Amino acid sequence: MTFEEIKNYIAEHYPSLSDLDFDKSASDKALEVTADKLIDLMSVLYADSALKMDNLILISAVDDFNGEKIIIEDGSTVMKGGTLSVYYHLESLSLRHKFNVVVRVPRESPDVPSVTFIWGGANFNEREGYDMIGINFVNHPNLTRILMPYDWEAGYPLRKDYKNPEFYQGMKVPY
Amino acid sequence: MSEFLTLPPQKIKTEEMVLNMGPQHPSTHGVLRLELVLEGEVIVDVKPHVGYLHRCFEKHCEALTYQQIVPYVDRMDYLAAMGNEMGWAIACERLMGIEVPQRVEYIRVIMAELQRIASHLVAVGTYGLDIGAFTPFLYCFRDREKILNLFEITCGARLLYNYMWPGGLSHDIPPEFSRLTKEFLSEFKPVVKELNNLLSYNKIFIERTANVGVLPVEAAINYGMTGPNLRASGLKWDLRRDDPYSVYDKFDFDIPVGQGWHGKVGDCWDRYYVRLLEIEQSIRIIEQAIDQIPEGDVASAIPKRYKPPVGHIYARIENPRGELGYFIVSNGSQQPARVKVRPPSFISLGVMGELCKGHLVADVVAVLGSIDIVLGEVDR
Repeated sequence: MTFEEIKNYIAEHYPSLSDLDFDKSASDKALEVTADKLIDLMSVLYADSALKMDNLILISAVDDFNGEKIIIEDGSTVMKGGTLSVYYHLESLSLRHKFNVVVRVPRESPDVPSVTFIWGGANFNEREGYDMIGINFVNHPNLTRILMPYDWEAGYPLRKDYKNPEFYQGMKVPY
Repeated sequence: MSEFLTLPPQKIKTEEMVLNMGPQHPSTHGVLRLELVLEGEVIVDVKPHVGYLHRCFEKHCEALTYQQIVPYVDRMDYLAAMGNEMGWAIACERLMGIEVPQRVEYIRVIMAELQRIASHLVAVGTYGLDIGAFTPFLYCFRDREKILNLFEITCGARLLYNYMWPGGLSHDIPPEFSRLTKEFLSEFKPVVKELNNLLSYNKIFIERTANVGVLPVEAAINYGMTGPNLRASGLKWDLRRDDPYSVYDKFDFDIPVGQGWHGKVGDCWDRYYVRLLEIEQSIRIIEQAIDQIPEGDVASAIPKRYKPPVGHIYARIENPRGELGYFIVSNGSQQPARVKVRPPSFISLGVMGELCKGHLVADVVAVLGSIDIVLGEVDR
């Protein structure tokens, strides 16, 4: 099935999910969903016999860089408001179709429900999303840093307003 | 003294032990630390700790142009750098809508398949080394060397090439390339049989790997395994056939899957043997492609200035270790706003705990070698 067909199929068979629409800016399309409806949509995509999205390819967290940019005294930028996104790339290995979903959450409270209980492969992906962008995946079994050191306190490196720390464990960071 | 000897075994106090394997362990293929939770010799859980080689690839990408990212991409899966570049080139070309000449596509396929052979040779050789067979490793590296020589006469580099650029190639192949490649293939074909006799059917090797670390196909899909690891579990899934990119739809090749030759489907021996069978299929693809390379200019489609539209794109290819994907978010400027890699080794590592449960400590090395990870790609 194509993207439109899958979207229409969901809207037809699951009325509670019928008001979703595609992400407008994209060259690849992604169905935009709010965080509270994510688990409903993902369960449908995984379990429905006509969709059967058994393979979670990738979860990518992205800083949308669309809030208010405040420049503080030392010249660095601090973001206020705006959103962070989480993109889910799904695929059905048996039915040979793909589908993308995007969740946008506010920068101040980036809570997204975890999909680890549906796809085991989501575990490391979500930990990376937490580590790099700071998405709080609710109900994740072990939401700790993965690529950065466990005791990294300077925030989330891939946010656009990230500032390099001056010291790490008492040592001067040479940047 | 005598009361110790008469002590009934159930009274002995036991507790779980935590053992660190790595980060400086020769069989972890790089700097990986595995936290083993043991009950005697039996493994209760394995927790991989990664990040020792983290080089901030995704952060660097936000400050570099699409062209400048190519050498960084090389350094992820350093055993299959051609594959990484091909994925990046295809992702950029799809994002910007660049058509590349047929000659470029054919050369890319040949390079990617040569790289697949080289990468699988390292995987097979070091796997033998992990188990304790030293000689096959030398045979593998001898032949890998010949492939690296072919790359060297093409672009001057042996491991990190900076060869496939978005829109084309940095150099055309030299005139003697196809003759040398054909010579290499005819020399190399009997080596696969030789490797089988040396290692694959060795009784000790089979005892160490068959029925160890069995991954059923449902679990493999659920954990996001791709590439040889997924095919060894018995699913015929190969992006070269199922989601064709470049010119792979023009070639005739088989997709080997695990069949439980010496044990259950999806054990370590299957994962090892699928790689050897894939080497034979790669030879077939190169033999078909090498005679069909059309004439043309390999640099004609490289734009002077990259003009990406606003949007996001996910493009993927079949790398020797599985599905390598690039997710690019573009805001229309010369630098990508965000690049996210789908590294196959990183996702494969997530299944370690599941595979090792209930096995002995010595089997951890066999399981880890069989999923064939490259730490440069895990940590990026």
